[in-house]
Amino acid sequence: MELDPLLLSRIQFAFVVSFHAIFPVFTIGLASYIAVLEGLSLKTGNPAWERLSRFWIQVFAVVFGMGVVSGIVMAFQFGTNWSNFSMASSNFLGPMLSYEVITAFFLEAAFLGVLLFGRDRVPPGVHFMSAVMVATGTFISAFWILSANSWMQTPAGVEIRDGLYHVLSWSEAIFNASLLYRFMHMLLASFLTGGFVVLGVSAWFLLRNIDTDVHKKALSMSLWLVLIIAPAQVLVGDFHGLNTLEHQPTKVAAMEGNWERGTGVPLLLFAIPDQENQTNHFEIGIPKLASLILTHDMEGEIPGLKDVPKHEQPPVAIVFWSFRIMVGLGLLMVLFAIAGLVLRYKGRYATSRPFLQGLRFMSLSPFIAVVAGWFVTEIGRSPWLVYEQMTHAQGVTPSLTGAMALFTLIGYIVVYSIIFAAGLYYLMRVLYTGAPSTSTIVGERQERRAKRPLSAAEASWEIEEGKS
Amino acid sequence: MIEPVFDLTFIWAFIIAFGIIMYVMMDGFVLGQGILFPFAPNEESRDVMMNSVAPVWDGNGTWLILGGAGLLAAFPRVYTIILPALYIGVFLMLAGLIFRGVAFEFRFKAKTSRYLWNWAFSGGSIVAAFAQGAVVGSYIQGFNVVDGVYVGGAFDWLTPFTVLTGLGMVAGYGLLGSTWLILKSKDALQAWAYKVTPWLLLTVLVVFGIIGLWTPYVDNYVYLRWFSGISFIWLLPVITLAFAWGILSSVKNRHDSKPFFATMGLFIFTYLGLIASKFPYVVPPSYTLWDAASAHESQLFLLLGLLFVIPFVLVYTAWTYWVFRGKVKAGEGYS
Ligand code: HDD
Ligand code: HEM
Ligand code: HEM
Repeated sequence: MELDPLLLSRIQFAFVVSFHAIFPVFTIGLASYIAVLEGLSLKTGNPAWERLSRFWIQVFAVVFGMGVVSGIVMAFQFGTNWSNFSMASSNFLGPMLSYEVITAFFLEAAFLGVLLFGRDRVPPGVHFMSAVMVATGTFISAFWILSANSWMQTPAGVEIRDGLYHVLSWSEAIFNASLLYRFMHMLLASFLTGGFVVLGVSAWFLLRNIDTDVHKKALSMSLWLVLIIAPAQVLVGDFHGLNTLEHQPTKVAAMEGNWERGTGVPLLLFAIPDQENQTNHFEIGIPKLASLILTHDMEGEIPGLKDVPKHEQPPVAIVFWSFRIMVGLGLLMVLFAIAGLVLRYKGRYATSRPFLQGLRFMSLSPFIAVVAGWFVTEIGRSPWLVYEQMTHAQGVTPSLTGAMALFTLIGYIVVYSIIFAAGLYYLMRVLYTGAPSTSTIVGERQERRAKRPLSAAEASWEIEEGKS
Repeated sequence: MIEPVFDLTFIWAFIIAFGIIMYVMMDGFVLGQGILFPFAPNEESRDVMMNSVAPVWDGNGTWLILGGAGLLAAFPRVYTIILPALYIGVFLMLAGLIFRGVAFEFRFKAKTSRYLWNWAFSGGSIVAAFAQGAVVGSYIQGFNVVDGVYVGGAFDWLTPFTVLTGLGMVAGYGLLGSTWLILKSKDALQAWAYKVTPWLLLTVLVVFGIIGLWTPYVDNYVYLRWFSGISFIWLLPVITLAFAWGILSSVKNRHDSKPFFATMGLFIFTYLGLIASKFPYVVPPSYTLWDAASAHESQLFLLLGLLFVIPFVLVYTAWTYWVFRGKVKAGEGYS
């Protein structure tokens, strides 16, 4: 078989960006959570908050590290594998990515050092401010990168001259038609990720009867959070879909598995899309519901895949099923949030074992939903790289051979598998050991104040070891 | 096309050059820790070495991302020719940086497997440093370009010349690393750093010397620039040598901070020498700065933000160095 550099590059890009994405969605949510904990600790002086914060900072450090190293890879992917696309869009994408670096990455990196290592080198107020700065950096970062991505979905504010995009209006290009929805949806997704991971971990500690007082606090907080955020996400997702219907009707047709443009279209719960024959098998659907959701009218008209020639259709089955996974998990999250509320009224939210077990498993759900959501977005856009203006095939690096692409694809898979396995292992260890005890915290403070000489360092290393 | 000298492109060339040398110096001393890691006297020294850079390595590495993104924004031709040309090398560099980066987190937490992360940290650093040196070498060699697109092969970047520049970079970063250690450590480890620094310096001078003599023969353009008459350009290697002497004498006097700053000087002037050899070519031998530049309005749009934000970046970066000033102890981890 001939090795196709285009196909391999697409697989590679999908792999490295999916890998990268799972870390930021977590750290965006967790950074805000840590900032809140630090704030509470500063305000109330209650050591429980500091213990929680210290515990989650350890988790944060591992996840953030993985996010950073996989992010550095992303910064070069555009050039190595998509050089024609990079060249054509450089006038817009270059400034976007650069703004991300100067307004977000430097901010995060600098204050991260202080957040992780500076607790007793700076006053508590400054430490809290560092946490806030890191959280702010993650928002700013998400804004720029999502603007760049949204522009590829709904290009605006540019014109093509001599094969290169030239920006006519920066505000139109940056605040393009889909940015607001995508940004909101992504932020809520990040909070849901942070929320459900904290829920799952707290539930796990409660199930094992470790530090129940502290983790009950975390559980209660996060349940309130997801009670608001999970339904909000469904709502924002709906608006996001309406926006897509307006700008990328073919993608919506793929999401719905709808081949023929028509009115009164059913919402398919199950189907096996058959791209070859341009039809579905084994359809199970609820009559007229898709029309109702997308147009708010039972007889509303829904676009069909056959509106465009076959070679301009995205791979329907992946889009169709990814969408169902995301929405299904979203609804499940709402269910858990409501169950939490009901149990709270019965006074049992921190003791009901089935509920806590369920939360443990739900901590994986946001990651799956996020990657599935991006699959809908990105695969639903194909064959376009810049929607209706430039295809994947036009964007790929001309000098790239199949062998080169295969080499790096395998390379990334190997490297990422190793560090992912190791990361997971150390995370489990951190989670297993639990929060540092109040006495350790107080003891450490006194020890630090005594300004140990270097000879004491060995002993203190052992303490570090035991703790981690 | 004739352009005035102080146009945006020129300013951007200055900014990118500044970003690159910032990266080289800042991440250089971090990568240097990894390069020296296998030779460190004992495990406790390795703890100190790692702790001395743990709070700042992420910020230092960010200059590399700025270099990448900034090139895409201001000189897209460079970004879209050099990255495909160095495809395999870039992968190796990234893989190296990945291992060295996660080692910061994992080594702290590892018990029995700590030696594995020692290897990941030092292997990753050495591979990354070598790949970066090879990038410099292939830049001197030039790129095979037709109609703005790289048309060479997958391994054009790997030649005896680029292997030498790669080794030069490893030695150079090792030197930055050892002088940084002199600044940040005490007692036995500092004594060790004092001991290895002259040897590293010697290696650097020898390798840089060979590269310096070889370069004019790799590239006729460089030859003409240096040998078509005596010019100011000859000041650069002289100053570089003066800094080398500064390193040596300050090490001899057991000075704490001078060796590190003198090494920075050595790097800056070597770098200026390289720029002076090639100017104004950014994708040798085909494109000058102006051929490679992005649209005027894009350069302007980013420049306005940059001029506003970079002072803040420099201030809070300096502030973190201030927070973590002083000698490093072994036992400092998370708090
Ligand atoms: C925790 C994660 C999560 C959850 C619970 C949901 N989503 Fe989502 N969704 C995402 C995380 C996400 C995402 C990963 O963040 C995406 C990918 C790109 C984007 O903008 O957001 C996304 C994309 C995305 C798109 C594609 C838009 C486009 O590319 O044009 C639509 C239509 C929806 N979502 C709709 C929904 C609906 C109706 C949900 C109701 C339950 C829902 N999402 C839950
Ligand atoms: C964060 C989660 C993301 C995930 C999981 C993701 C996933 C994917 C997938 C699966 C593809 C392949 C589509 C196909 O081949 O049909 C793809 C393509 C692409 N995405 Fe994303 N994406 C994400 C975010 C982004 C962002 C933020 C950007 C831009 C700034 C981006 C830029 C691209 C580009 C340029 C391609 C085209 C190259 C290719 O097809 O491989 N992606 N992405
Ligand atoms: C939905 C998609 C994305 C989101 C929300 C996102 C967000 C973030 C965030 C919050 C960070 C900080 C580190 C962390 O929390 O892990 C980060 C790191 C990074 N991201 Fe992404 N990113 C996305 C996709 C991309 C893409 C497509 C690129 C490539 C251009 C990229 C480049 C980077 C780089 C270079 C870093 C490292 C920054 C550092 O050293 O601090 N990201 N990203």
